Amino acid sequence: MKKVLMGNHAASWGVQLSRVKMISAYPITPQTHIVEELSEMCGDGSLDARFLKVESEHSAMASVIASQATGVRSFTASSSNGLALMHELLHWAAGARLPIVMVNVNRALAPGWNIWADQGDSLSQRDTGWIQIYVEDNQEVLDSVIQGYRIAESVDLPVMICYDAFFLSHTYEPVDIPSYDEVDAWLPPYTPTNHLDPEKPKSFYPLVMPDNYMEIKYKFQQAHEQAIGVIDEVGQSFGTSFDRYYGVVEAVQCEDADIILVTSGTITSPARLVLEEMRQKGEKVGLLKMRTFRPFPVKAVQQALNGAKKAIVVDRNCSWGKGGIFADEIKSAMSNTTDAPMIYSYIAGLGGRSITPDDIRGLIEEAIESDSPSSESVWKGLKL
Amino acid sequence: MRKEFAHDELMMPGHLACQGCGGTIIMKHALRAVGPDAVCVIPACCWTIISGNFPYSALNVPVLHTAFATSGAAASGVRAGLDMQGKHDTKVLAFAGDGGTFDIGIQSLSGAAERNEDIIYICYDNEAYMNTGVQRSSATPERAWTTTTPVTHPKSGAKKNMIQILAGHKVPYCATANIAFPDDLYRKVRNAAEIKGTCFIHVLSPCPSGWKIPSEKAIEVSRLATHSKVFPIYEVYHGEEYKITMEPDEIPVSDYLKSQGRFRHLKEEDMDFIQERVDYEWKILLQRSMMEPFHMNF
Ligand SMILES: Cc1ncc(C[n+]2csc(CCOP(=O)(O)OP(=O)(O)O)c2C)c(N)n1
Ligand SMILES: [Mg+2]
Repeated sequence: MKKVLMGNHAASWGVQLSRVKMISAYPITPQTHIVEELSEMCGDGSLDARFLKVESEHSAMASVIASQATGVRSFTASSSNGLALMHELLHWAAGARLPIVMVNVNRALAPGWNIWADQGDSLSQRDTGWIQIYVEDNQEVLDSVIQGYRIAESVDLPVMICYDAFFLSHTYEPVDIPSYDEVDAWLPPYTPTNHLDPEKPKSFYPLVMPDNYMEIKYKFQQAHEQAIGVIDEVGQSFGTSFDRYYGVVEAVQCEDADIILVTSGTITSPARLVLEEMRQKGEKVGLLKMRTFRPFPVKAVQQALNGAKKAIVVDRNCSWGKGGIFADEIKSAMSNTTDAPMIYSYIAGLGGRSITPDDIRGLIEEAIESDSPSSESVWKGLKL
Repeated sequence: MRKEFAHDELMMPGHLACQGCGGTIIMKHALRAVGPDAVCVIPACCWTIISGNFPYSALNVPVLHTAFATSGAAASGVRAGLDMQGKHDTKVLAFAGDGGTFDIGIQSLSGAAERNEDIIYICYDNEAYMNTGVQRSSATPERAWTTTTPVTHPKSGAKKNMIQILAGHKVPYCATANIAFPDDLYRKVRNAAEIKGTCFIHVLSPCPSGWKIPSEKAIEVSRLATHSKVFPIYEVYHGEEYKITMEPDEIPVSDYLKSQGRFRHLKEEDMDFIQERVDYEWKILLQRSMMEPFHMNF
């Protein structure tokens, strides 16, 4: 069934089709439609789930951790300051190895108050142990929520699906909605490895002494390493069933490219346009869409970028005192490789400022002319 | 006389509590009343340690350890997860300290109480952050010593009245209890287990090292708390119907205060002040217990 959906409703549909049993959330712009739609679905019985209307995001995450620990598929959604308030529990969810899926609508963090697109909220949760997937369009929102549960439950790690405020959350696009039967055939019911069970009383997440702590954390890191392959496998398997293929990254015409644009989120779409146009003119340009940020797909990035002369990374985020976060991670992934391109780091579009095909064209032209990149990230479109 | 309990012992030997720990005695009675078909939620507090470190557990019910501020929310999440599996009879017992209840966890507890989640919430109140070394909480009594309220400027302001706050949420059942009166404590937890909705039980929990009392005096000192009316024992149904369940002997508060090192610095006038306050609060409680509850008239 095809419907014209806003990104937020595509997320709600993904949750419904995944037969989530527990939802707990707190409203924040631009996430609100997700939970409003889910309330409707729970209310009219089209989704058989308990919806806890908690009093904060901190409690939202605490309660989905608890419900997931009883053995039921659980979901929450947030954004910006709400995600920041969850921080303590994000560590808890991941350290507890609970396959929760959440949506984060990427929005700038205050101050000043700004409700528009910016990846600073989720990227500053980098080290919490969540898998982070950045999506480009509304179809991918729906598909990624469903894939999220399959990925999460394969490696016992939580998954955060991230997409840009307003550019996706409030924008209507045609979305193909699979049927329950199709999704049921692809996403098996959740069978937890461990759950809170009075028949088998166990202590969950207790005090761990130095003697055991490192081993537990080593397995946690191993799960992340394993997740890279799992995300690719799940994306392929999804494609086999639904004819839409996904992976940790998407490399577009990178094989012979001299210059490769590296993007994430909605910036990818104008980049595709520019790429097509440049290719028609005979410029050897490629595009690397970073779909996964954690675990960081080091090998896939190396494979896509090695051999190119220049890579241009566009970041709608900034690690204060360092620079563009994707650029920084890509530089680290490319270190110690022999055939790495020069890496140009640009910061653009913070707080919802738009990034147009013209802007992207400008970046490419600048890179073509330059002999070597600046060691700092370059801010684009500043009106100083 | 041998006491009949509804359930077998669910707290095992080998726990890691200090001698004379009130929190341990409360857990023992609470679990005998709630029974084995239960999930226990424990936030950061002394019980994080007491229950045993990985891979051990001193409790024969599943335990969900959770972040300090989240007992109310985590218990709600457990309830929701169990309900979605049709396990409506499995009890959810949140067991938190005074810091986790009166201070950092009050928001999530208020949320759970306002939604009237079907949970039992027991606060074992040792009147300070004991796990981290006896720092003051909003449950610390007025003018008491703690490591952050040294005798040069002891705790100022009255102890927060949590029962009044919970009663303000109109939850079906609130009660105070004391390990010196175990039959009463046990009955109240049983009562809570029978009632649907949020039940809150506030239990005084002597801490020998924090209160500076000999460990063998823990129960004796607790008894003095109730008989001096410092910690009255009562129930509140639906936030309105107050019932005093233990008639105090009305001994002077100085008998209670002098039994503990944390009050050693108090002068006569401090004790007089505390006596006045206690008498005043007791009068309010008596008046409340004589009022007709609203819901009985309408
Ligand atoms: C968010 C957070 N802040 C602080 C702490 C440190 N901490 C652990 S237990 C505790 C005090 C607990 O006090 P209470 O709830 O009264 O329980 P008790 O230790 O007295 O049994 C503190 C401050 C923590 N674990 N988490
Ligand atoms: Mg305490």
